[in-house]
Order: sequence, then C-alpha cells, then structure tokens
Amino acid sequence: MTEPLIEIRDLNVWYGTEHALKGITVDIPARQITAVIGPSGCGKTTLLRSLNRLLEETEGTRVTGQVLLDGVNIYDRGVDVTEVRTRVGMLAPKPFPLPMSIYDNVAYGRRIHGLPVLDKGNGRHLDRIVERYLRAAGLWEEVKDRLHSPASGLSTGQQQRLCLARALAVEPEVLLCDEPTSALDPISAQRIEEQLRAIKTETTIVVVTHSLRQAHRLADYLIFLWLGELVEAGPARQVFQNPRDERTRAYLAGDIG
Amino acid sequence: MAWRTREQVTAVIRQRRRRTDRLAERLMAALSAACVLLVPLIAAALWLRAWPILRTRPLGDLLFSTVWRPQQGAFGFFPFIMGTLWVTAVAMVLAVPPSLLTAIYLAEYAPPRLRAVANPLIDLLAGIPSVVYGVWGVVVVVPLVGQRVGPLLHRWLGVVPLFRQDNPTGYSILAGGIVLAVMVFPIIIAVAQDVIRAVPQGLREASLALGATRWQTVRNVVLRRAWAGVMAAIMLGFSRAFGETMAVLMVVGNIPQVPRSILDAAYPLTALIANNYGEMMSIPLYDAALMGGALILLAIVLVFNVAARAVLVRWVGS
Repeated sequence: MTEPLIEIRDLNVWYGTEHALKGITVDIPARQITAVIGPSGCGKTTLLRSLNRLLEETEGTRVTGQVLLDGVNIYDRGVDVTEVRTRVGMLAPKPFPLPMSIYDNVAYGRRIHGLPVLDKGNGRHLDRIVERYLRAAGLWEEVKDRLHSPASGLSTGQQQRLCLARALAVEPEVLLCDEPTSALDPISAQRIEEQLRAIKTETTIVVVTHSLRQAHRLADYLIFLWLGELVEAGPARQVFQNPRDERTRAYLAGDIG
Repeated sequence: MAWRTREQVTAVIRQRRRRTDRLAERLMAALSAACVLLVPLIAAALWLRAWPILRTRPLGDLLFSTVWRPQQGAFGFFPFIMGTLWVTAVAMVLAVPPSLLTAIYLAEYAPPRLRAVANPLIDLLAGIPSVVYGVWGVVVVVPLVGQRVGPLLHRWLGVVPLFRQDNPTGYSILAGGIVLAVMVFPIIIAVAQDVIRAVPQGLREASLALGATRWQTVRNVVLRRAWAGVMAAIMLGFSRAFGETMAVLMVVGNIPQVPRSILDAAYPLTALIANNYGEMMSIPLYDAALMGGALILLAIVLVFNVAARAVLVRWVGS
C-alpha cells in the first residue's frame, strides 16, 4: 500500500440512538481509487460523509474517533470545517446544479474562497480555469457555446459532469463520490468513470458504490462494510480474488446483501 | 323480496360511486367559481355605488386634488392615497429586513428546539386582534415617537425633509408604520421560512461541500433559489399592511394632508372609510365618495399584485 492520505481511527457515528458506524479503523491510500462496498444501510454513505464533516448537516448526529488528513484530525477543535471541505471535495449521487449559469457553477468554489482575487482578479484567468475543469470533466465540448446559460438546462448526465467540474475546480486533494453514477444512463456513467480514472494521478478518490461491477472497474483499494462494521479492507485485486472474511466472500459471490 | 345477485349489487355500488364523484367535482367547481367571481363582483358593486361621484367629477380631480371639503362638494383623494402609501411604505421598510433575517436564521441556523419554541410564539403574534395592536400603539408607540424618536430624528436628520418633526404629538406615519411592521412580521417570517426550508437539502450540501460558509450558501444558493417565494412572502405582508385599518387609524393622527415627513400625521384611505361611513351621510355624494375610496384601494392592491406577479414570472422564467 502506498502512503495513506487519510487515516480513520476508531470512528463511531450515531444518528440519535442508532449506531451507524462501529469503531471503523482503516487507511485510505493516496492517489488511488478506493471503493467502499456493502449492502444498503450498512454505513457506506455515512463513512463518506464523515470524511468532509458533512455529517454535521444532519441533525442529531454524533461522531467519536479520529479522521486524520495528512496527519491532522479534521474533527479537532481548531480545524476550520470550510478548510476541510476545500481539501476534500464531494460528488453527490444526484446532480444538484447551483441556481446559476454553467460558468458560475464551475467558478463558484473559487469565488467563495476569494481565489479570483489571488488570481489577480483576472477574468481571463478564471475563464481558463473554468475551461480546464470543464474539459477535465469531459463536458467542455458540449457546453462551450452556452457557458452563460442556466445550468438547470443541461441533461442529468451533463449536470453530473458539471458537478464534477465544480468540485475539481477547487482543486481538492481528495474527492468523495457517493454513488456518482446511480442516477445516470450507462453512457453518462461511463464518462464519469473515465474522468475519475483520469484524475486519480493527482487526486485521491473514494467511491461509494452499490455496484460490484463498478467497483471491479474502478477500484485500486477496497473497503467492505457490513451493518456498520468494517469487515475487510485491502488492495482490490486481493480482496476480489482472495477475500479473507467469510462475509466478504459471500457478498462478492452474491450470496448475501 | 328477491335476493339481488352479486353482479347487481356491484353495479349499484359502481353507479353510486360514479355519481358521488361527479357531484363532488361539480360542488368544488361551483365553490371555486364563486371565489373567483367575488373580486369582479365586489369591484362592480363598488363601481355602481361610486358612480354618482365618478360621473360628476373628472377622475384626475378625484385622484390628484388635495382639497377634501365634503360640505363644499370637494372630494380630493390625494391626501388619503398618499397617507396609505406612506404608512405602508414605512411599515415595509421597517418590517422586511428584520423579518427576512429572522426567517433565514430560523430556517438555516436555529437548532430544532429553538425553532419549536419560536415558531408558535411568532404565529401567536399573527393572531392578536388588530385593536390590541392599536391600543399598544397609542399607549407605547405614540409617546415614544412623539417624545423620543421624533426629536432624535429631527435633531440628527432634520435637514432632510423626510425626518422633520413639525408635529410633536407622536400620532404620525412613523407610529402607524411601526405598529403595522410588528403586525406584518409574523406573516413574512412564517411564509419566508417555509419557502427557504423547501429548498432541497442536496443543494445546500452542494455548496457547503465546496467549502462555502453557511452565509455564503444562504446568500448565493438558498436565497437565489427561494427568491420567488420570498417575494411572495413580502407581497403577503404588504397586502396585510396595506389593508389594515383599525390599528392604523388609532395611531396615525387622521389629518387629511399630504405628508412631507414620516413624523407628520396622515389619513389613510382605510381610516377615512372606517371613520366616516354611516355618518354625515346627509352630505350629498359623501356615500359615493367613500365607495370611490374603497374602489381606489382595490385598484391599488390590484396594480401591486399584478406588478409583483409580472416581476415574478419574469425572474422565475429566466
């Protein structure tokens, strides 16, 4: 395993009285695609949302344990949550384009962080950045002539790629993807997967997925959750071919879940 | 009596169900039609009753003459129209910013427990009879405006005509505006809050997940999405302020003059009608004049509503 970028240590999450994640300890390797698999309701999304502290947006959640990003616990008192989310980006299962133009969606992250000012307030520079990330998300050719029309006019597949461009434009070190293709047609889904593979040389990616086939296609590293517990984690090839735990074997074989 | 077969029974039931369904639809359609027809009916009735004065005076005179001497047959509505507009404007200026901020706070920031306490109390504000607000206005707001706020405004901002105090009584547009503002709060807060909370959580999270602060998210995403609904909330508040009668006439001074300062007294149209209808009816045309006043009120409300709707359609359409 390469150097871990994220180290999760004894992470517990409760929704009210429901114990959703139970003592998770696992490392997530840098610049690889880590897939989190497991049946519905076993805590995959919860694990993902704990990595950018988006769990705090759900009322009644309680978190204990540590999530170390580059050795710093993101749950420490002194850590600014907006800083965490700048370094750890996210792609949601359904695209939520912001109520503004395509261009402004991609520029949004940089603007709220005041980056255009640092970029010398140079409009051209922002133009170039918007173009670069629309290309990175494989959307540029389809939207370059209507950058200033509302993002809501795009198809669902295009919207999801727009959301990818929007997330990438902040230049996060980690990208969390929560079932990123579950709402998409196969063609759009394939394009998203291609883009994820293309950016993993620079970005650490964590993908939650329902689909074992998708995990097969994407994952370098695999985490298997079962009813809130971590059952097995390791290099994808090894886990797929040689699962150590009986439950992992049964799940991969389709006997359970 | 012979037994009915199962088929006969189900046929009867089916027929009855169909008849009830048709009846329900017709009943609801009739009621809806009655509601929709009310506005034109009211307008027509007012028009008929106001006809004697509309026929004998040019519309321009009625709307823009400042002379109100019913005994001499002079019916200029301009002071009353201005009174209504001024009081409403002051009320909205005072009410909109704090109630929107409160709605945003309760919808986006407040913990659920605080929301559970605050909202019933705010709803209660909406249920207080307007005469109670009027009494509060007379006892608290009028002296406050007359003795404290008025002199202060006059001293610091008196160079601007809008804030000159030539009327030390406190019975003024400002007093009316304050009372109305408090009456409008609960409406704007409740409606705006619902509208803001209806913005999908995923949209909020999309912004937050990019590292936006809560305020950036509210300003750039939530409010932009909820804009139309927030405008509707403000329009509802406006209609309430505009049509309110009792609380206003108790504190606004009721002097038929064209106001120049928010510390002047005024005489809104609603107060004119409420104070005088049923009295002094021996004066020729007086009855028709008051009906004309009511018609003007209706027309102004209509104009504002249509304008607001047009703005909404334009913004939401784009």
